[in-house]
Amino acid sequence: MLDAKIPAGPIAEKWDNHKFSIKLVNPNNKRRFTVLVVGTGLAGASAAASMAELGYNVEAFTFHDSPRRAHSIAAQGGINAAKNYRNDGDSIFRLFYDTVKGGDYRSREANVYRLSQVSANIIDQCAAQGVPFAREYGGLLANRSFGGAQVSRTFYARGQTGQQLLLGAYQALAGQVAAGKVTVHNNCDVLDIVVKDGEACGLVIRDLMTGETRAYSGHAVVLATGGYSNVYYLSTNAMNCNVTAAWRAHRRGAAFANPCYTQIHPTCIPASDDFQSKLTLMSESLRNDGRIWVPRDAKDTRSPELVDEADRYYYLEEKYPAFGNLVPRDVASRNAKTVVDKGMGVGPSRNGVYLDFSDVIAADGEQVVREKYGNLFDMYERITGENPYRVPMRIYPATHYTMGGLWVDYNLMTTIPGLYAIGECNFSDHGANRLGASALMQGLADGYFVLPYTIGDYLAEKLGDPVVPTDDPAFTESVTAVEDRTRRWLTVKGSLTVDHYHRELGKIIWEYCGMTRNRAGLEKALNEIPVLREEFRANVKVLGSADTANQSLEKVNRVDDFMELAELKVRDALHREESCGGHFREEHQTEEGEAQRDDGNFAYVAAWQWQNPDKPQKLLAEPLEFEYVKLTQRSYK
Amino acid sequence: MSRMLQLKLRIWRQGGPASRGSFLDVDAHDIPTDASFLEMLDIVNERLLEDGIEPVVFAHDCREGICGTCGLMINGRAHGPELGTATCQLHMRKFKDGDEIVIEPFRAAAFPVVRDLMVDRRAFDRIIEAGGYISAPTGTAPDANEILIPKDVADFSMDAAQCIGCGACVAACPNSAAQLFTAAKLGHLNVLPQGQPERWRRTEAMVETMEQYFGSCTNHGECHTACPKEISLDFIALLNRDYIKAKTKNRRLASQA
Ligand SMILES: Cc1cc2nc3c(=O)[nH]c(=O)nc-3n(C[C@H](O)[C@H](O)[C@H](O)COP(=O)(O)OP(=O)(O)OC[C@H]3O[C@@H](n4cnc5c(N)ncnc54)[C@H](O)[C@@H]3O)c2cc1C
Ligand code: SF4
Ligand code: FES
Repeated sequence: MLDAKIPAGPIAEKWDNHKFSIKLVNPNNKRRFTVLVVGTGLAGASAAASMAELGYNVEAFTFHDSPRRAHSIAAQGGINAAKNYRNDGDSIFRLFYDTVKGGDYRSREANVYRLSQVSANIIDQCAAQGVPFAREYGGLLANRSFGGAQVSRTFYARGQTGQQLLLGAYQALAGQVAAGKVTVHNNCDVLDIVVKDGEACGLVIRDLMTGETRAYSGHAVVLATGGYSNVYYLSTNAMNCNVTAAWRAHRRGAAFANPCYTQIHPTCIPASDDFQSKLTLMSESLRNDGRIWVPRDAKDTRSPELVDEADRYYYLEEKYPAFGNLVPRDVASRNAKTVVDKGMGVGPSRNGVYLDFSDVIAADGEQVVREKYGNLFDMYERITGENPYRVPMRIYPATHYTMGGLWVDYNLMTTIPGLYAIGECNFSDHGANRLGASALMQGLADGYFVLPYTIGDYLAEKLGDPVVPTDDPAFTESVTAVEDRTRRWLTVKGSLTVDHYHRELGKIIWEYCGMTRNRAGLEKALNEIPVLREEFRANVKVLGSADTANQSLEKVNRVDDFMELAELKVRDALHREESCGGHFREEHQTEEGEAQRDDGNFAYVAAWQWQNPDKPQKLLAEPLEFEYVKLTQRSYK
Repeated sequence: MSRMLQLKLRIWRQGGPASRGSFLDVDAHDIPTDASFLEMLDIVNERLLEDGIEPVVFAHDCREGICGTCGLMINGRAHGPELGTATCQLHMRKFKDGDEIVIEPFRAAAFPVVRDLMVDRRAFDRIIEAGGYISAPTGTAPDANEILIPKDVADFSMDAAQCIGCGACVAACPNSAAQLFTAAKLGHLNVLPQGQPERWRRTEAMVETMEQYFGSCTNHGECHTACPKEISLDFIALLNRDYIKAKTKNRRLASQA
């Protein structure tokens, strides 16, 4: 059984009590510890900077050429915080409640409550760093409502909130580099976590510029490596997002939780062809004013402006009169899939639905729409060559966020002592579905306000211990394994490219473990993935050498790990005989076609324990208890 | 609808930082107009691989014009022909059938070539480390609404803060100066109330670090034309003003010490 180490006491006091009762490292002793932080996105950069400010020596690793390039930079919409600046009834409890409910009751109450508590501090911290949040004329901070929330609690910096928050954290990190407390290792791909006597003590990297393999040792290791939506090949994530560091930790013993929970974002630009390399997100805010429809008759191929009102099927407005186009992400996505699967899709590949602004343009004028959405409309036109002021946008759902990830306890420690996971790469706070503007909040909560405290509890016991030297057999074994694995790809000399296999994997997993799943499909995927993986390992073509920058070699390790993750993801989806949030099993739906949970049997976190390459992972369950939020069926009718 | 283009590419290839580079001529057949510039390179790379030739190395990540990782000289222009557009957001419909396209890395002494089209821009991190931040250790912040910032000031700061750190300004500059990048960060921080305490220190340190790596600005303005975020030259004027003030103020403070 997994012990989440949830502190005792009423929920509002747990975090304070915990901070008081955990062990501390005194200020002068902090400099005697070295912490390795992998990833410099919101979670990693904020954690590294904050721990360095406290006095720890921090070594930060990123495969990017600068910490500022982490994928957090791409977040557009905003960040939530329970500030109640709008006087509209928001509170810590309401944000907590919304997050637990939005996650379809599959998250841990204590963690979510803490997240809501520290959310307000994040905004203070970021404002002090100079993040240029949107302001009202009086100079106070502006807010908007986002992702169907009934209060305005989202803070934003134009359409570039993630960029500005990341630059804030990156600059805090740069300050600590200048102070000599942090060393940043750019262009370093972490390919293994080193574990000795059951505890994490270091990691092994491949230098992406020179090909060199090196080992680093520390008293604790923190993974802040982001999400793995790219297992689908096409997603809204940056091209290089991957699961490798988390997966290698999993293979070294860290349990991997809820891999089947994936968020599919409803408003992305549909793929135009096979050459397409990624999908672009169009901000969710567009659904505030755009109306979603397809022609009622699948054979109606008239250009959209010629289709009469009566011949348009506004399927969300018809099915969900109360919420209309603003239903939650998972509901909007599934409905788009339903109409496209019925052959009612629009566009050259018939793989989209219209998001139409003609009504709002007619009512408010083009100028008003331009002020609100100008950037997004320009981006749409740049990508598609179509002008959305004249013709409706075409949108379709795409994989966007992974709620699953490394299992962590209340201290954010994985099942390997000394190994922590923060940000999108852990599973902790979003349950089966994440609400808009909550990922940025969670990454920064973990990095600025949670981990810097909780890590002390583990380190305090290690006072005076030297780090494990990198010539210890635990390190040399790992370095050899990494070098062998890397070089082996060059000897395969197969006939098909890494991208080819990645695309094929993406097709399987999107088809059978995407927006909706069913037993037959999942079983099919479970047969197909291992076959594809074996073929990939025997027939992939990687040219060049391991001693230079070599992008195919970089990718091949990542795709190899995706192949293993994909299988676990499918197995998790198959075992979870219920629908919840981002996991929709067709067998389990209400009469109205909504997700049907089975709280009696599945109110638990499914954490999977690695055994060995020939023996499937073992299921460890963490039961979830709901003391403060009553379990109900979501309804958006 | 997508049309197909037949293109002649001249792509810079260079084995490593110390090697001499040269152009590879590639006939790129049937490139869809709906592809982005980087997807065009993906297609070319897949074909090279099939022919047993190592793919061309180029840096990229978000492909949404925000991470600043991509950046190529396309027919001699940083990020190519479309104004306000990063390489990854440039689409092939901006080209004509039969076009010859010369593709090179961003060139500057401070940006050594790593391989082929990929360069090392870490000198930018050094400029930020010199002072491109506001010191506000975690936990020390007052309530966010205690710092009032007029909307126009916040907007002006945001105009500068949008810089994606791509380095096109440097690549486009005949002197390889990094004024626009540095000015964008100074503009972001120096106009905010939170940025005042460190303003003069920050300005002097960042400008002097910049000068260690990059050339001098002689006001050509090419940087602004190349910038995917269209960062205004006004920020360079602000940098110059603040730098002069910083020198006098910092000198005065030093003499009092
Ligand atoms: C298009 C888009 C828009 C979004 N908009 C919003 C929004 O409006 N609001 C919101 O709350 N959330 C949003 N999200 C989600 C949110 O941006 C992410 O969940 C969050 O930024 C993840 O932060 P992170 O720090 O966990 O990881 P990341 O920012 O992904 O950082 C990962 C880091 O790990 C490093 N790394 C990974 N693997 C390795 C390895 N093997 N070796 C070395 N380094 C490694 C990378 O270099 C990088 O530094 C959006 C996501 C997308 C895709
Ligand atoms: S100023 Fe413009 S061109 Fe220069 S680095 Fe910033 S975004 Fe790129
Ligand atoms: S790849 Fe991110 S800006 Fe172009």
